Amino acid sequence: MSDAEAHEFQFGSAERQHEAAISGMWLFLATEALFFGPIFLSWIYARHADPSAFDAGSRHTALMIGLTNTGLLLASSFTYSVGLACIAFGSRRGMVIWLAIAWALGAAFIGLKFGVEWRMDLKEGLFPGPNFAIHGPARSGAQLFFAFYFFGTALHGLHLVVGLGLVAWIIFQAERFTAERHSPVRVVGLYWTFIDIIWLVLFPLIYLIGRAS
Amino acid sequence: MNPSAAPASYLDDGHTLRSWLFTTDHKRIAILYIGAITFFFFVGGFAAFLIRYNLLSPKGLIGSAETYNRLFSMHGILMVWFFLVPAVPVTLGNFLAPLMLGARDLAFPRLNLLSWYLFMVAGVVALYAVVGGGVDTGWTFYTPLTSFYSKGHVIAAVVAIFIAGFSSIATGLNFIVTIHKLRAPGMTWYRMPVFLWSLYATSVILVLATPVLAMTLLLLAFERIFGIGVFDPKIGGDPLLFQHLFWFYSHPAVYVMILPGFGVISEIIPAFSRKELFGYKFVVWASIAIAVIGFLVWGHHMFVAGTSLFSALVFSLLSYMVAVPSAIKVFNWIGTMHKGYIHFDAPMLYAIGFIGLFTTGGLTGLFLAALAADVHLTQTYFVVAHFHYVMVGGMVSAYFAGIHFWWPKMTGRLYPEMWGRAGAIIIFVGFNLTFFPQFLLGYLGMPRRYFAYPQHFEALNLLSSAGALTLAVGYILPLGYLTWSLFYGERASANPWGATGLEWTTPSPPPTENFAVTPIVTEEPYQYRQAETVNHE
Amino acid sequence: MNGYLPSATVEGREVDFLILALVLVSCAVLALVFGLILLYVVRYRADSGVYRGAPGRKTWRFEISWTAATLAVFFVLFIWGGDLYVRLFQPPADALQIYVIGKQWMWKVEHQGGQREINALHVPINRPIQLVMTSEDVIHDFSIPAFRIKHDVLPGRYESLWFQVETPGTYELFCTQLCGVGHYSMSGEVVAMSQPEFETWLAGGAAPGQREDMAAAGKALFTAHGCSGCHGEGGVGGSPATTGVSAPALAGLLGRSVKLQTGATVTADEKFIRDCLLTPDKMPIAGYPQIMPSFSGQISEENVLRLIAYIKSLKSGSRT
Repeated sequence: MSDAEAHEFQFGSAERQHEAAISGMWLFLATEALFFGPIFLSWIYARHADPSAFDAGSRHTALMIGLTNTGLLLASSFTYSVGLACIAFGSRRGMVIWLAIAWALGAAFIGLKFGVEWRMDLKEGLFPGPNFAIHGPARSGAQLFFAFYFFGTALHGLHLVVGLGLVAWIIFQAERFTAERHSPVRVVGLYWTFIDIIWLVLFPLIYLIGRAS
Repeated sequence: MNPSAAPASYLDDGHTLRSWLFTTDHKRIAILYIGAITFFFFVGGFAAFLIRYNLLSPKGLIGSAETYNRLFSMHGILMVWFFLVPAVPVTLGNFLAPLMLGARDLAFPRLNLLSWYLFMVAGVVALYAVVGGGVDTGWTFYTPLTSFYSKGHVIAAVVAIFIAGFSSIATGLNFIVTIHKLRAPGMTWYRMPVFLWSLYATSVILVLATPVLAMTLLLLAFERIFGIGVFDPKIGGDPLLFQHLFWFYSHPAVYVMILPGFGVISEIIPAFSRKELFGYKFVVWASIAIAVIGFLVWGHHMFVAGTSLFSALVFSLLSYMVAVPSAIKVFNWIGTMHKGYIHFDAPMLYAIGFIGLFTTGGLTGLFLAALAADVHLTQTYFVVAHFHYVMVGGMVSAYFAGIHFWWPKMTGRLYPEMWGRAGAIIIFVGFNLTFFPQFLLGYLGMPRRYFAYPQHFEALNLLSSAGALTLAVGYILPLGYLTWSLFYGERASANPWGATGLEWTTPSPPPTENFAVTPIVTEEPYQYRQAETVNHE
Repeated sequence: MNGYLPSATVEGREVDFLILALVLVSCAVLALVFGLILLYVVRYRADSGVYRGAPGRKTWRFEISWTAATLAVFFVLFIWGGDLYVRLFQPPADALQIYVIGKQWMWKVEHQGGQREINALHVPINRPIQLVMTSEDVIHDFSIPAFRIKHDVLPGRYESLWFQVETPGTYELFCTQLCGVGHYSMSGEVVAMSQPEFETWLAGGAAPGQREDMAAAGKALFTAHGCSGCHGEGGVGGSPATTGVSAPALAGLLGRSVKLQTGATVTADEKFIRDCLLTPDKMPIAGYPQIMPSFSGQISEENVLRLIAYIKSLKSGSRT
């Protein structure tokens, strides 16, 4: 549609496009929040019905890996924000470096989560099913806990992988962005931080609540 | 050809398949959507036809209960997610939102195209599920039947709905941002046509409710695949949790289906009464109120499901509350006709039919909100009749009203008026004949989803099936004459109805960029000047 | 069993009154809506020369009045429906209990005397009947249109339904929650008969030797599954001195409040006993070590009901 520029319509200015993109992303994040909502809700509901079994399941999770991963994600949000500040001040090089660090931290999370932690869990027989490793009275409830665990972390991991793709795309497109025009960097940043927030709900549900009680 | 010779219409902007399949023009995407949902409407309608055929005899005519269960499940799934939910927003909404706003396109044209492709992928998966044998769970997918006991392509059906959901979300998101950011100069919120307000309310529901359904279906699929899950009572899960989550989406989704219909009717009644819409602000805020309260009434689907007495009382009260804004709208439409100059073109006939059928559907909703009456009537044909009055009698009438009203704008052609009026009347009669007997069947106790039924329900079922045949004629008729008009219909002027609204200020069909210059809005909508009766016909 | 049947229960007649009121309200509104539309399309059709006057501008008076009127009518209907609903689902204490189990695709009924029937339910008239219902597989729904009553039947829970029939007769029974291919065939009949006829019916059928009183059957199970080993013969409770372990007394348990180790207090109903049997770890009783094993998967739904019937039959301090 080449003649788009020929008409000075509401959508003409870059500023309007920026505003639209940002509000579009916020709306999308509202969608995502409600997407994850049912897992959190049913998780809490199911734990309430059978707390002791859920806590027994929770104690089989690897707290140290979870803690490290939380650190990784928080750090990656921070570095992304620094990258965003860099481009806002006009330093494209700075942005690329900080975003690359953010990307690497995110990738490390994926590696640790699925390469190390999941493998440990599967080896221990924590995937729900006939070969489930936890026996005794807590067996069925702990299976439910691990059903939530695998389902929730897989879905979060999937979102993170999409996020990694988007950050990589920003890095490869770095040439396009200037101090004045960089709304994609901001939009992806919103998404990237949102994935952290999801994790910050999952983390206590998986590792902390069961250990605390 | 076109009386206003200036820029070429959007229909002439490329004639290749490629120019359609890769278009980002909201008007072309709307046309693509019309094609898709018309297809699903007739597939779903065919299933309905077979259902009514089966029920001609108390013993069931199609021979197999399994086939019958699959038929009504696919009828529900296709009609809800592939026709009713998208119907007005993606077709009329897509076509008209930028035109009514005085904009060039939606805020995210490529996202708009993507949502069509998502919809088509979802449709293909759904058809795969149908062709592969279908599902027999009903469109409600209650656990544990769906997760453990049912056979059939549950996963494929769930995936289809999941993808269609994301198409809905993309559409809703696009509309919200568009309405916020792309209004023409002078188009304040209270100068927007009611159609845009109802589109806005619809979009809010789509964006906030659909993801809940998506996750619920994922949890269901997980449970079915791995044999373990949240809804399984054997390991401490709760099947009622599924119903809560499902209806948390599916009740607001009912308003997704009907709110755009309210918008269409609110455009048509003033246009054919040549009079300002009565109580504009009340109609507008009624839409928003419905969208908000609609999120709080899901529990009324579960009055006999095993929830607490307290929750039943709360949800009953809220269900009455959500009916108030609808009543306000009906009264305002009638108030609009008061002292108007009423014309009886096909869109107006459909709109009047809509008011009658929707009011009946809404009033019978009161029966189901009254707790003790619901106990007797729920899960019987009374419920079937009630939601068909709202969804089919209401929504499909509104969709047809809108299609006829904006047909000249979309295609640049006039449809044959007498055929249009005949269609509206046949549909109204056929519809009542089909579904009114079902109210009686329900009161007499005939349960839903029964392949065979006791002898004494036969007479009313015969009547209903006869009505279905009439209704089928009524639905095929517009398909015929509207298609005919594409080739042989009279050319339409920019504003054949003498209606207000920015969409009527641009040629029919509109040029690709909609407006030659940005329109500037200086007055409230629906400023019909009564004395100077618009010359028409 | 044909065509329209007037309600066979008192509560059903009240439901009919409510529905009648709703019909009248609906007819009045429809008459108003259609009447006005008809009036306006005739009077204000485009080519009618009737004088329209200056267009009115103020609308809010109309809006407020019809909103208020609608709200008032709705509120009355809400109170009416809600009040009746609460009564529909609160069984009287003296109701005769009958146990119902739904499974794909049949209804299994067991009376307290051990009489069993399939897809049929015999009840005496003029006496409140309470059905205690559960499902072995999917969700079903026990619906008797002539009594204007229905309720879902869920796996893993006990739902209850009550009614008191006035008119003897045979009434249709349907499953009204989609439960699979055979959903349509999961119907049967409810036979309401006078008390003497009901007694005769109870006494007929299988010879007394072949069927066993539910509570008696429960008692046998109580011994066979080793319950009496801890809870004592007759469920009097156990202590290290008598049975070797301390176990709560079961006699007179139903309806009592029970304190849990979590600090919560629950009322002991059928569901509570069922949960204690199948998932004892979830509800450790205060004052006792949680050593009760789970019987999940070892006892059928029928036998759980028999055990419950037995525990119900135990009066405080008495041995049976």
